[in-house]
Order: sequence, then structure tokens, then C-alpha cells
Amino acid sequence: MTALASQLAGRLEVVPYGEPACLIAPDGSPCVAPGLEMPDDGQLVELYRRLVTARRFDRQATTLTRQGRLAVYPSAGGQEACQVGAVLALGPRDWMFPTYRETVALVTRGIPPVEALSLLRGDWHCGYDPVKWRTAPQCTPLATQAVHAVGLGFAARLKGDPIGVLAFLGDGATSEGDANIAMNFAAVYDVPIVFFIQNNQYAISVPLSKQTKSPTLAHRALGYGIAGYRVDGNDVVAVREMVSQLLNEARAGGGPAVVEAVTYRMEAHTNADDAGRYRPAGEETSWVERDPLVRIETYLTDRGVLDQAMRDEIAAAAERFASSVRDALNVDVVPDPAELFEHVYSRRTPLLEVESARLAEEMLLATKEGS
Amino acid sequence: MSVTVAEALNRALRDAMTEDDTVLVFGEDVGQLGGVFRVTDGLTAQFGEKRCFDTPLAESGIVGTAVGMAMYGFRPVVEMQFDAFAYPAFEQITSHVAKLRNRTRSLLTLPLVIRIPYGGGIGGVEHHSDSSEAYYVHTPGLTVLVPGGPADAYSMLREAIEMPDPVVFFEPKRRYWVKSDVELPVRTEPATRAVVRRAGTDVTVIAYGAMVDTALEAAAAAAEEEVDLEVVDLRSLSPFDAETVAASVRRTGRAIVVHEASTFGGFGAEVAARLTEMCFHHLEAPILRVGGLDIPYPPPMLEEHHLPSVDRILDAVDALQWDEARTGRAAPATGGGR
Repeated sequence: MTALASQLAGRLEVVPYGEPACLIAPDGSPCVAPGLEMPDDGQLVELYRRLVTARRFDRQATTLTRQGRLAVYPSAGGQEACQVGAVLALGPRDWMFPTYRETVALVTRGIPPVEALSLLRGDWHCGYDPVKWRTAPQCTPLATQAVHAVGLGFAARLKGDPIGVLAFLGDGATSEGDANIAMNFAAVYDVPIVFFIQNNQYAISVPLSKQTKSPTLAHRALGYGIAGYRVDGNDVVAVREMVSQLLNEARAGGGPAVVEAVTYRMEAHTNADDAGRYRPAGEETSWVERDPLVRIETYLTDRGVLDQAMRDEIAAAAERFASSVRDALNVDVVPDPAELFEHVYSRRTPLLEVESARLAEEMLLATKEGS
Repeated sequence: MSVTVAEALNRALRDAMTEDDTVLVFGEDVGQLGGVFRVTDGLTAQFGEKRCFDTPLAESGIVGTAVGMAMYGFRPVVEMQFDAFAYPAFEQITSHVAKLRNRTRSLLTLPLVIRIPYGGGIGGVEHHSDSSEAYYVHTPGLTVLVPGGPADAYSMLREAIEMPDPVVFFEPKRRYWVKSDVELPVRTEPATRAVVRRAGTDVTVIAYGAMVDTALEAAAAAAEEEVDLEVVDLRSLSPFDAETVAASVRRTGRAIVVHEASTFGGFGAEVAARLTEMCFHHLEAPILRVGGLDIPYPPPMLEEHHLPSVDRILDAVDALQWDEARTGRAAPATGGGR
């Protein structure tokens, strides 16, 4: 049994009431979390570097959306530590099931940004190879992907493959039937899965208080007979450590777990939304003080691990990454309409043959008329 | 060998599981009980609980789990207990099962089968007798199959399990216990092909599922009145074998589509529209639909008034504008006496 599990064994009914586990406090000072240990400095610097890159990427994607390069972008601003920490807990053979807000998670997984942004750019497909990256397509219908994640984890268990599965959910999605169904199926079938709920306080405009009467979202786990944990979602170290332990546990046959990562969506739902219409003035300020990047930077600086030169080097690398994202996204891509018929079935049906020929004719005619 | 549709389906599952150990069967009550219609009878005993197992009672969970399992190399065959109980899985089926191949440019495919016992005529109380095929046919990415008898039940289910694409497999539950002489295993015509069940010269009657036998009964009755009905069993609703059906309609010049589902907005409307486009100059009369009434499925005590009957099909035959002046022969008198 892992440290976390032995700490918490037999305490299921009280665990979720606790404060979210935290290893670095908002002010950058270290703190103690039951069962979690502070990783070595090398790992911490790597987490910091990935977090800097993630934030720079997220801001770049937001800018590209304003410039009309993306159709829409649901920002992960403020909750980057959740996505970076959880993804870096995955092993290479593990699978993850992201939602539309997890582009930062995709990029952290290593998926080339231009592929990760295909869907939001306005194409019809996810853009990357899900099998190669062991990452399901980003999912828009809420919580539906959690059930797929359970199925995949169950399949791996039946085949005797010791892999873990990470299913992303948001606070709003926990109200969906599929979130509850997924947790129940996972429990019944001992699926090696971690349900990672980013509680960013809002489902578009609806605050958590209108979403549930549950004392915490981690409480949901208890009804299914599985363990629920809370973690400070703005502490990338605690997130990584907790998810990592739970995935280890799951791979070893320990079954599913639920993690509620408490965080805050600093931006509006998407660029098309106006958070000013529903958020109390000043609410964001209190979360600026809990910024995920500042706290680890402060901690590492205070320990003398991170100096100005390293910070500059990491920032410059992130800048280069953003620049490559810009360059890639500034290249116009015109999807081929003919391909719309190619992946509906394994072979085009007679009906699709007719329609694809008709569309080709229309396009030919349009070209002639245009010339 | 005398075989029922339920027995043929059971044998198809058994043979598929024997030949391919990635084939899994799961759903509500499919394990120990063998399914409420006994279609999965004995599978858990023969193959163990890792191959055929009961699930918690949540259809969305059953189908969604099947998606994940298919992503990891299994070929799940899941059972929705009754037509109307598949609706909780509707989102999973329409948003994911139908679209995952497209969303991943064929990098992820879903070889899975969703079995749905459908239709009325068994005296079921409310929510147990829906004909829900139109919802699925209207969703690109799904293959929708409906066998009418034991031979097709076996062959088409085997083929559905072997297909690389997801299949919604409708089983006409009122025919589960109808026996036919069939030697199993059997392979009939390819599942996506329509088949002419009875050759005829005067009218093409297009049917599927339980209505195929009703159409054949109508043809036998019409023959006594010297009207020769051709009966086409669609078998596959999507893809729709337009060529086979249109060839028949061009021969006969008249067509009727029969299904249990409510007529308005039903699959028959699509068939009629397509055939009108394809066969307009061969048609002697508008294509008629004989379907269920446009009401919520009626209670067992009244369902006989809802379901298309031999008489209703024959009435439709009568209504096909038999004009002596144009066709050079007398109108058939099948409507007389009713």
C-alpha cells in the first residue's frame, strides 16, 4: 500500500472534509500533507519549467483566438497546475481522457500544439493520434468520456495490462449522469482509474453552490465505495504527487479513486463568454494570491534552487515554444471537404459516394465561376 | 432443424465468442439469467464471467464502457433490455459510438454491436414496445440492421460482430419464439443487402423485422385475389440498399412500405422519398406507407389497432390507383368484404 493509502486507510468517511492537500502554500512556504512527500529539487524545477511553458502556451492560444486563428479557446488560465501535475503523473503506457478545457494537458503530454489545437481551430477531428499519445480525443459532451475511460481501464484489467487511466472532469460535469455512472462502474469492476475533477468553481456561469449540496466533490466517491481526496489544484507538486500515488495504487490493483482539485478559472468560460456578468467583483483577486506559478517559483527561489538566470532561461524557452505555436498556427490550413466522407464508415456507403461526387461537382463549378 | 430467432441469436453469440476471444457480451441480466429473452442463455457458464457478464443498471454506462473496451481491442456485444430502455444510452450512441471513427480520422474504430429487442405485439406494458429505429438511422456513422427470421438472425449477427463499424442490431421481439427449419451455422446474403422474399409482378411491399412475415401473409392473401405482391426484406436500414429495392419497384410500378413504427417521420418516409426520386417514371401510383398510428405506443389491450396488419396492407394495395384505362386490366378486388 502506498504512503497515501496507508495514511488514509479506514478514514474514507472523514477524508474529504479535510483541507485540500498542499505541499507548497500560496506564500511559497512548504507545508505538510498526510501521505505526500516533497519531491527532490530536480523534479521541482522540472515541474516549474512545465508550468511556465503551460501558462505561456495558454496565453498564446488565447491571443491566437483574439486574432481569429482559433474558432474558440476554453482557457486553462489559473488551473494550469491541475493539468500539468496530473499529466506528469501518467506513465507512458497510461491513458488519459481529456475534455475541451484540457489543451494544456495535451501539450504537457507532448502532443504537438498544432495537432492539439486542430479541433478548436475549426477542424472536424481531434488532430492527434489517440493511440500514439494514449490520449482520447478531447470530449465536449460533459462526463461522457469518463465512461469510455472506465471501459478502457476495465479492458486493460481483463487483459492483465498494468496501466492506469486518468479521466478529467469539471465541477459542473459531476452533475451529469455519466459522471456518476462512470464512478459506479469503475468501483464495481475495480477499474484502475483516477477521476480527476478540476473544481474551478464555475460551470460557465453557474457557481458550485448552485451545482451541488455535497460538502465537497470528493464526497461523491463515498457513495460508490471508493476513496475521495482533495488536493490544492494550484499546487502543482501536491497534484503530481497525489495523482501519481493513486495511479500507482490503481495499476497495482487498488481500484479507482476520485480527486477533487480545488482551483479557479481565471478567465471566462471561453473567449465568447463574459465573466463580468456573473462573478462578484474582486473574487478573482483572492485567487491571484494563490497563483500556481508564483508559489513554486517563490519556494524554489527561497531555497536557493532557482536564480534569476535560470528563471530567464526557462522563460526564454517558453517564449520560443510560444513563438513556434504562433508560427504553426499562422499557416493557413484548408481542410479538404472530400475527406468529410472518408471516416464516417470504414468504407463509403453508396449514399456517401453520391453525396461526395455531388460536392466535388459543386466545388468544381464554384472554381470555374470564380475564375 | 427447427430453430427460433432467440436460439439462432444465442448460437451466433456462442459461435462468435468461440472463434474470437475478443468478443465480449454484457448488459443487464445477461449473465446468470441469460437475458430476459434468454438470448444470452448459457454464455457465462460456457465462457466465464470475463466474457459474458452482468452490468450495473445504466444503459449509458453499458454503451460508454463498450466504447472504451472497443478502443482497447475488444469486440463488445451489448444488450439493451428493451427498445425504450436504450434511450439513456442515446447520447453515447449518437455522440460517440457513431462518431469516434470520424473524430479520429479512422485512427480509433469501434467494432461493437448494440442489440436492441424492439417492437410490439407481445402484450408489453408501456415502454416495452417501441420501434425506435428511425432515431438511429438518422445518425450517420451507425449501421442499422434488422433481421426478420432465424437464418438472418444468426447470419446477420455474426456479420455485425465481424464488422469494423458499430452496429445497432434490432431484434423483432415478437418473432423471438417463431420457429423455422434452419441448419446452423448458416450464412445468408450480405447483411447490408436487401433480399426479395417473394417474387411478384404487381406491387413491391417493402418491410423489415417482424413486418416481413406480415407482408408475406398479405401476399398470400392477395394471391387469392390474383394480385401478385413482391415482398422485399430490407434487412439493413442504414446503409439502405436502394438499388435492390428500386429494381423491384421499377418492375412492379407500385410500392408500399410497411413498418411498426409510427408513420409520421418514420423510416418509411425516407424509403418512399428515395424511391420516388429513383423510380418516378416507373411509378403508377404514389408510394404508400403502412405504419403504426401516430400515437404513443398503445397498451396491450389496444395494440392490435396500432400494428400494421394483413388487412391494412391489403387496403393500401387497393389504394394504389388501379385504373383500368391506364393499366389495361381490372382493379383487384382485395378490399371487398372488410
